[in-house]
Amino acid sequence: MSDITKQSLSELIKNIKDKKLSSTEVTKAFVERSEKSKELNAYVTEDFSAAIDKAKKFDENPNLDLKLPGIPMAVKDLFCTKNVKTTAGSKILNNFTPTYESTVTQNIWNEGAILLGKLNCDEFAMGSSNETSFFGSVQNPIDKDLVPGGSSGGSSSAVAAQLTPITIGTDTGGSIRQPASFTGIVGLKPTYGSCSRYGIVAFASSLDQAGPMAQNVRDCALLHEVISSYDEKDSTSIDFKRNNYFKELTNNIKGKKIGIPKEYRVDGMPKEIEDLWKKGIDYVKDCGAEIIDISLPHTNYALPTYYIVAPAEASSNLARYDGVKYGFRADGENLIDMYEKTRSEGFGAEVQRRIMIGTYVLSSGYYDAYYLKAQKVRKLIKNDFDEAYKKVDAILTPSTPSSAFKIGEKTNDPVSMYLNDIFTVPVNLAGLPGISIPAGHDAKGYPLGLQIIGKAFDEQNLLNIAYAMEEKINFKNKITDWWIK
Amino acid sequence: MSKDKSEYLINRKDNQYEVVIGLEVHAQVTSESKLFSTSSTKFGAEPNTQVSLVDAALPGMLPVINEYCVKQAIKTGIGLKAKINKRSVFDRKNYFYADLPQGYQISQFKDPIVGEGKVILDMPDGQKEVGIERLHLEQDAGKSIHDLDPKNTFVDLNRSGVALMEIVSKPDLRSPDEVNAYVKKLRSIMRYLGTCDGNMQEGSLRADVNVSVRKKGSKEFGTRCEIKNVNSIKFMQMAIEYEANRQVDLIEDGQSIDQETRLFDTKKNETRSMRSKEDAHDYRYFPDPDLLPLEVSEDFIEKLKLEIPELPDEKKKRFIEKFKLSPYEATILVSDNETSNYFENVIKKSDVKLATNWIIGELFAALNEKNLEITQSPISAGNLSKLINLIKDGTISGKIAKTVFEHMMEGDKDPKKIVEEKGLKQESDPKALEALIDKVIDDNREKATEFKSGKVKLFGFFVGQVMKVSAGKANPQLVNEILKKKL
Amino acid sequence: MIVCDIFNYHMSIDLKTIKHISKLSRISVDEKKAEKLAVDLNSIFEFIEKLNELKTDNVQPLTSVAETTLKLRDDKVKSKNLREQIIKNSPQENEDYFVVPKVIE
Repeated sequence: MSDITKQSLSELIKNIKDKKLSSTEVTKAFVERSEKSKELNAYVTEDFSAAIDKAKKFDENPNLDLKLPGIPMAVKDLFCTKNVKTTAGSKILNNFTPTYESTVTQNIWNEGAILLGKLNCDEFAMGSSNETSFFGSVQNPIDKDLVPGGSSGGSSSAVAAQLTPITIGTDTGGSIRQPASFTGIVGLKPTYGSCSRYGIVAFASSLDQAGPMAQNVRDCALLHEVISSYDEKDSTSIDFKRNNYFKELTNNIKGKKIGIPKEYRVDGMPKEIEDLWKKGIDYVKDCGAEIIDISLPHTNYALPTYYIVAPAEASSNLARYDGVKYGFRADGENLIDMYEKTRSEGFGAEVQRRIMIGTYVLSSGYYDAYYLKAQKVRKLIKNDFDEAYKKVDAILTPSTPSSAFKIGEKTNDPVSMYLNDIFTVPVNLAGLPGISIPAGHDAKGYPLGLQIIGKAFDEQNLLNIAYAMEEKINFKNKITDWWIK
Repeated sequence: MSKDKSEYLINRKDNQYEVVIGLEVHAQVTSESKLFSTSSTKFGAEPNTQVSLVDAALPGMLPVINEYCVKQAIKTGIGLKAKINKRSVFDRKNYFYADLPQGYQISQFKDPIVGEGKVILDMPDGQKEVGIERLHLEQDAGKSIHDLDPKNTFVDLNRSGVALMEIVSKPDLRSPDEVNAYVKKLRSIMRYLGTCDGNMQEGSLRADVNVSVRKKGSKEFGTRCEIKNVNSIKFMQMAIEYEANRQVDLIEDGQSIDQETRLFDTKKNETRSMRSKEDAHDYRYFPDPDLLPLEVSEDFIEKLKLEIPELPDEKKKRFIEKFKLSPYEATILVSDNETSNYFENVIKKSDVKLATNWIIGELFAALNEKNLEITQSPISAGNLSKLINLIKDGTISGKIAKTVFEHMMEGDKDPKKIVEEKGLKQESDPKALEALIDKVIDDNREKATEFKSGKVKLFGFFVGQVMKVSAGKANPQLVNEILKKKL
Repeated sequence: MIVCDIFNYHMSIDLKTIKHISKLSRISVDEKKAEKLAVDLNSIFEFIEKLNELKTDNVQPLTSVAETTLKLRDDKVKSKNLREQIIKNSPQENEDYFVVPKVIE
């Protein structure tokens, strides 16, 4: 089979279970394609030969009852992987090799998957274009010199370019959904507390969630089923009844009520996004769901709130990178000198900027005006959703206010970069699940995504709606393999 | 320095100054594992052998709270007669230091687990109540070792993450003596509760001491200085004495006092400014997003109340009422759980009055001399009880008892056996005593005549002679009676 | 040009503040970096100030969206001696300790 990497996860699993393909064949195919795709810069660390060894071992005694039998996959380099370098896209962790495994990746390996390598991302997941990575920007397989979105840019690029059949990313303000939208793939940000944060390099603890990224909704549902688990090692992990998301997936969403929030019609929104949204509404109606106009009055305040809460938590979460226990250390005359040089040389500009913002909003005299204020507004934003969910089962919005932009286009203007997350950030602030599905193309042929936001812990319903819409949309990603010489 | 009654005042020319002291005591919670990680808390391990991935703040590691530590803090709160907060919040206190791996300490800032309470001190001139402001749970830091290498500091993280209770008093203390009594009382309560072993040598109990001074009679507080991390009661007292005098001198000199953090140099016996740390003192507290608010139910607290043993104040009251002890005796006997247990074991089968005297007198002196704790006493409660019964039933005299006691201190021997082996039994046979007394009178004819002619003082001489001849074994009461008759 | 305007008219965060925050963050900044940071932070805070439009006096702050209470773990020692693997990643080699440049009190 020459087109192994073109197969969806479900096809690969079926072929492996039917013994039409071995794990070794599948793994080798993805390794080969990854080898030919270095120009995308999707990988930070390749673990190819180990992956092939593991695949061979799997084939010797294949356990086909597993959910991901012998499936190779690369993961975002924010997940700590035992004995495999984990950098979080930062110089400060360039030489760090964990002796432990994150719960989410452990869940994946437990179901038979095999690690291909670690995927590029914005430094400490702070960015919307993957340009803040110490390991360089990542190419969007859609077009040369186009950003793949961020922070899970290596992940979105790798799935879209078929270097890995599926992957996992993390989403703090849109870091799964925005890159999914920019590359024409599906990305799910689960409900806060649904996937364990144990072993994931922290950015903003109250917002971070790991989630699946895949070619289609079915694959996404299966991967979500694998990674979502209650974990005693994470105090914010929530013990609720998890569905068999894959098995229970249905395209029957008849009678579901879908809310359309008027506040997401932002000033200066490109017409093609507006049109895409309208098309989305039609698809939903076609599926037999009911459209209801709703209001989320504090939407406009979500981004400013996010840019207080996330940097505040980050400024504290990143204090541990001080050159003492692990990672990069710069020489210093004394302890303080060492700290200041290590952190100045070890962190990139965006990370330093956010640490500074976070330190400022928590500092004496400013806490009430910024941090406390933001926490109160966060409550208002959550109340908006609670109110809306009395009337609707899910909410439909665009994923991003624009399609992918060129590398370098927004790096000098942090605020315009931040505006990219305008539709995704409220979801993290409210702790809700959100999924981005590819829904069309703009004039340049770049993919555009629609976002469905669900009720807390209602991933099943969310996936069902996405599944039903996917069928109607029938999206085809336009990838030319331009980077393969 | 004036010792006007028990008032502690600092005198300068025409002015008298009162010292105002508040304590932040850091007490290590007795637990097997750390507050937010599963590594051991055992003291004295090889460096960095009790450090989990969480304690070393490796990327992606998360805190999970230890239920036992929460219970210990609540129990201590109950012991301090304090308000238990059913909802409390863990905050991050952000600062950089080599032995603080996370770059922040998880502590409780705005919403501590325990609110206001009180501690009663027994001072020579009566009782004094000291207010407790709050008690909160927090992580201990690691240890920086500066003297192993000329250019480098070495860091041991074994302590990192061990649970501490910070107990903050109100500024109610007024003298080094009160501080002594306060720390001892706190330690005693926690030891009764089993929530902190109070071992100051191992650093289980340390304190930050806040000191300010004001003119006697003034209602306003002066500017305070905080003396950080003092690890013995003696040093606390020395530091307060030095610091209070330093502040008074500044005021007398017309200068102002800077509110600052100071360090007590135990070698030079002085406090000095830690200004180098000042510029970094903006802790940026905020609720730890890795943890949720800690909520405990009424039921949870009620169950813990059932586990609270009789505490020193109640025990003291009972000892006074039931055993008719003086407040002084009771205070000493309840000072720690082991002592009061020992006492209660002794008096199970022996006279209370005698037992009290023997424990507070002979036993304490002997233990003190050998530098032993009551739990290490060579004399068991059972054997001390037997000794007391031998005195009570007249088998031996009090004086002989002291000899027997000395033998017992050499090893926990049965006093009856010692008395038998050494032939120390008291002579209480009247006939034998009569013969003895007859001989003494016979040998001292002249003195007997003098006595009979009115020199009554000589009675003591005869008693002494009889005791001497009997090698101390004659029953002194009988000797008295018979002598009176014979003379 | 626009950036310069912000720099001139909205200097709510001045260089002194930048230096203070950088001290607290333990990140060294030189003059040039401080000026760039001041520009960036001012434009970001201008955008953040939007929150002042909202009255929030009677709103309870939201710390966590996880609507559950803290779970408590048993007091059991599970972590073994991990000295070797914990010190393995430390920048300065030593068998027993983490080593840092001398701390000046």
